[in-house]
Amino acid sequence: MLKTFSLGGIHPAENKLSASSAIQVLPIPETVSIPISQHIGAPATPIVKKNDEVKVGQLIAKSSGFVSANIHSSVSGTVFKVDEIMDASGFRKTSIIIKVDGDKWMETIDRSEDLVKEISASKEEIIKKIAEAGIVGLGGATFPAHVKLSVPPGKTAEVLIINAVECEPYLTSDHRVMLEKGDEVLVGTQILMKALGVDRAIVGIENNKPDAIAHLTKLAVNYQGIEICPLKTQYPQGGEKQLISAIIKREIPSGALPIEVGAVVQNVGSALAVYEAIQKNKPLFERVATITGKSLKNPSNWRFRIGTPVKDLIDAAGGLPEDTGKIIGGGPMMGKALTTVDVPLTKGSSGLLLLPREEAARKESKPCIRCGKCVSVCPMGLEPFLLMVLADKKEYDRLESDAVMDCIECGSCSFTCPANRPLLDYIRLGKGKVGQIMRSRK
Amino acid sequence: MSIIVITILALCAIGVTAAIILFFVAQKFKVYEDPRIDEVEEALPAANCGGCGYPGCRGFAEALVKADDISKMNCPVGGVSVMSQVGSILGHEISASEPTVAVVRCNGTCENRPKTNQYDGAPSCTIAASLYSGETGCQFGCLGLGECVDACNFDAMYMDKETGLPVIIEDKCVSCGACVKACPNNIIELRKKGPKSRRVFVSCVNKDKGAIAKKACDVACIGCGKCVKECPFDAITLENNLAYIDYNKCKLCRKCVVVCPTNAIHELNFPPRKETPAGKSTATSVKPVVAPKAEVKAEEAPKTEPTANDETTENK
Amino acid sequence: MNTKVLVAPSPHVHSGDSIQKNMYGVVFAMLPALVFSFVYFGMGAIIVTLTAVASCYLFEFLISKYLLKKVPTITDGSALITGILLAFNVPANLPIWIILIGALVAIGIGKMTFGGLGNNVFNPALVGRVFLLISFPVQMTSWPKPLGFDTAYFDAQTGATPLALIKEGLKKGEPLSQLMHDVPSNMDLLMGNMGGSMGEVAGIALLLGLAYMLFKKIISWHIPVAVLGTVAVFSGILHMSNPEAYAGPLFHLLTGGLLLGAIFMATDYVTSPMSNKGMIIYGIGIGLLTVIIRVFGAYPEGVSFAILIMNAFVPLINVYVKPKRFGEKRK
Repeated sequence: MLKTFSLGGIHPAENKLSASSAIQVLPIPETVSIPISQHIGAPATPIVKKNDEVKVGQLIAKSSGFVSANIHSSVSGTVFKVDEIMDASGFRKTSIIIKVDGDKWMETIDRSEDLVKEISASKEEIIKKIAEAGIVGLGGATFPAHVKLSVPPGKTAEVLIINAVECEPYLTSDHRVMLEKGDEVLVGTQILMKALGVDRAIVGIENNKPDAIAHLTKLAVNYQGIEICPLKTQYPQGGEKQLISAIIKREIPSGALPIEVGAVVQNVGSALAVYEAIQKNKPLFERVATITGKSLKNPSNWRFRIGTPVKDLIDAAGGLPEDTGKIIGGGPMMGKALTTVDVPLTKGSSGLLLLPREEAARKESKPCIRCGKCVSVCPMGLEPFLLMVLADKKEYDRLESDAVMDCIECGSCSFTCPANRPLLDYIRLGKGKVGQIMRSRK
Repeated sequence: MSIIVITILALCAIGVTAAIILFFVAQKFKVYEDPRIDEVEEALPAANCGGCGYPGCRGFAEALVKADDISKMNCPVGGVSVMSQVGSILGHEISASEPTVAVVRCNGTCENRPKTNQYDGAPSCTIAASLYSGETGCQFGCLGLGECVDACNFDAMYMDKETGLPVIIEDKCVSCGACVKACPNNIIELRKKGPKSRRVFVSCVNKDKGAIAKKACDVACIGCGKCVKECPFDAITLENNLAYIDYNKCKLCRKCVVVCPTNAIHELNFPPRKETPAGKSTATSVKPVVAPKAEVKAEEAPKTEPTANDETTENK
Repeated sequence: MNTKVLVAPSPHVHSGDSIQKNMYGVVFAMLPALVFSFVYFGMGAIIVTLTAVASCYLFEFLISKYLLKKVPTITDGSALITGILLAFNVPANLPIWIILIGALVAIGIGKMTFGGLGNNVFNPALVGRVFLLISFPVQMTSWPKPLGFDTAYFDAQTGATPLALIKEGLKKGEPLSQLMHDVPSNMDLLMGNMGGSMGEVAGIALLLGLAYMLFKKIISWHIPVAVLGTVAVFSGILHMSNPEAYAGPLFHLLTGGLLLGAIFMATDYVTSPMSNKGMIIYGIGIGLLTVIIRVFGAYPEGVSFAILIMNAFVPLINVYVKPKRFGEKRK
């Protein structure tokens, strides 16, 4: 029996169309627009102005608090303007728009491909440098990495868990990173272990990626303290709570953080970014993303510069298919539907999914038949059918007592519902309201 | 025979005993309640709309009786007459407040504001608003999913299928403010009803810069400031690229309506202007006046509301 | 691109499961039992089934269209299930007018009164069945004997169900070991060679249906296992306490529509609890009540009543029995 998490879970069609496509480099666009808020927390403060010259890797917006992240230029050229442009949600947000001129990198960045295994930086230096490099969780949640690594007083980290689950259907960027940058990922893992002061790290990989499991298992022999843990393919195993439950069989108490059970989780992409930041002095200004979809000509994986328009990525993969009904930033379960292809790719862009119209369109919602399937798939042990009704009826007290805030918004309930009810839509609404009420109470 | 007598006597005895017990129990457990609460509740309209901000009319009555100063408390349904009645019960002076009515400040009809995408989620404005900017290029305007209509307890609203916008039936609107609270984009506002229901207001809440706003919607306020300059009463302010008419200062001169380059300022229930081409003042009472408006635009004529009927609805 | 892109909150894909798929899945699972009943009871069974199904559809259509003024949702397959289940629950020679009344009560009172599919408290087919059982006790308990395919409808020979035989016998003071000679053997019970309502006789066919529904994940194992397990354990304990007064567990499992009830009627989505824990409590309740009614009650048969009684407890179970939450704080 392979390990998996304790409650619920679903197994959507995997559709890993681009799993065998090696990572390619996306050409640098003519202009990039880099939003100042690409992470959870306070937006960064721009420190460049119109007509400033910038180089690749230069700091252009400074972290504006503890939970915030630096932003670096992904290209060299001149700042065209700092203005509000449309983001993925259609709202206008401040971005730094840079006209590209050549590809001049900061001299401090080591551009060689050589693997540097020796970790010379100290624990404090590592955390400081990770913060400076603007590294955020690259799984999609974009939580600033240095915050997670700063263990609060009174708590101790026992184990580092590397999230290489990639449980979202379609997405393959982490898979490719493991196959092509296995050593770098493992060195990055050791750096993270040093930063946390733990001597054990576990890389969790779902068993629908046997080649990645085999590859990393072979490499891990050379790295002390790193174990590879194959997991049963089950969504949402990539959720922090589910992953910890699957690997070390501990349940994070409701409302608490992973450190409560002595674990810290980092994404495999983040491990690579940490490696590059510490060993190569390279801040986070590029990452790997999957472009995929059943009608797409060429589902593939690309390394792109942050701020590249979504359109460029689609064009590189063979253009927008005729039947596209939905453009999703991220995976089909938790990704965000985009309104246009003119928005920039950001640190959190782990993939781009083009769904055909028939597949994307929701079916008519019918009355609840009380089959209980949402209850049995909920990985948090909640009752989605009830939460939906309560949210619709604005019963916020009961929503709170029925633990709506525990919902991780994985979408298993909506995915499963035979009556096609928009369960998560309403639960998310209720969660928002209850969150507001709870904050105002403090 | 004796059975009947015994039965009747027994029943009477039971009844008397029970009555005595109940009398003492009622005395013992009596809860003192200010009798004025009942009186005030009686005076209130019993609509239980919550427009006052209290849970139902009873809740409002309790609050009124407790309050030292009720000048800031208002029953939107009953208006001044009810409040002065309440005031007389409680011994407060009630200053007359003018009646208000809900106004939809968005004219982003399907024609004026082309859709750029199609929303496919749960039919709730709040859900759509928390997800993204909406189906059009305008991130401030009406989302068109009708949460305000659902919130209305008085059947005073409906969604116009053609325009995709909510319509307020002025006659039925009691100005309770439920729709104002329901709208996640804060489009609906309670404005002074005005003499003969005549009103002038900016039917737009777009705070984008002029070019962006105009691109998203033909009738958006572009923040040009012409109306501000034109207004002889300083009633119009311009903030964040958006003009706003203070209904307490507005004297309904309608000069701003004429100068607005995008027809974003609307006048309601005025008699037709002299220069208005004939045959345009016949719109029916509840029918929204989208079509006539398009006409106006085509003719480059000043914006007019072609009806003088008191029943006319808000159609923005 | 001329068509506009869709925008909706996540998730953007769906399992493809639908109400229809589940309903027709259940219907498919009932097919073996239906075939068995046709084989055993012949023409009568066919007529009863057709009447029940057709009238359920008709009543649902009429009621939703003219009384509720809604768009009728008869395509979802739930009326088909109610119809077949109603037919399963009556003798194969039941007069057509009684079936019509049963269907009207099942759909009209059991289902549409509450607002239609998803809102009913009680299993509609059982409401219809119990109504008929109380109103027309004679017709409802003259069971035709399974005589192989028979074209006759009304004049079939009738016989008592094994449970009724035992109950009557025990009342007369006959020892159980004596009575057991009169009832069919366990093998016959499994194959359906006994008197009874249409759908309850062929245990093997019902078990096939259960296997199919579990395989297709239409239902989970919790309810059938809880019901059957409880009946087996409880009747086993009684049997061991006094073998002469109480029949054994296997006899209880295979007779009187227990399998039909546990597999197809207790597992009805709408009228069973939502959480796994709740389902088990509900199943245990049905099992206990069934044995209690059978052994100590006035009726020989208790499954229908047991399910209906537990149906009434389902809202309560749903409120008080919550699924285990992830990381729930221990009190």
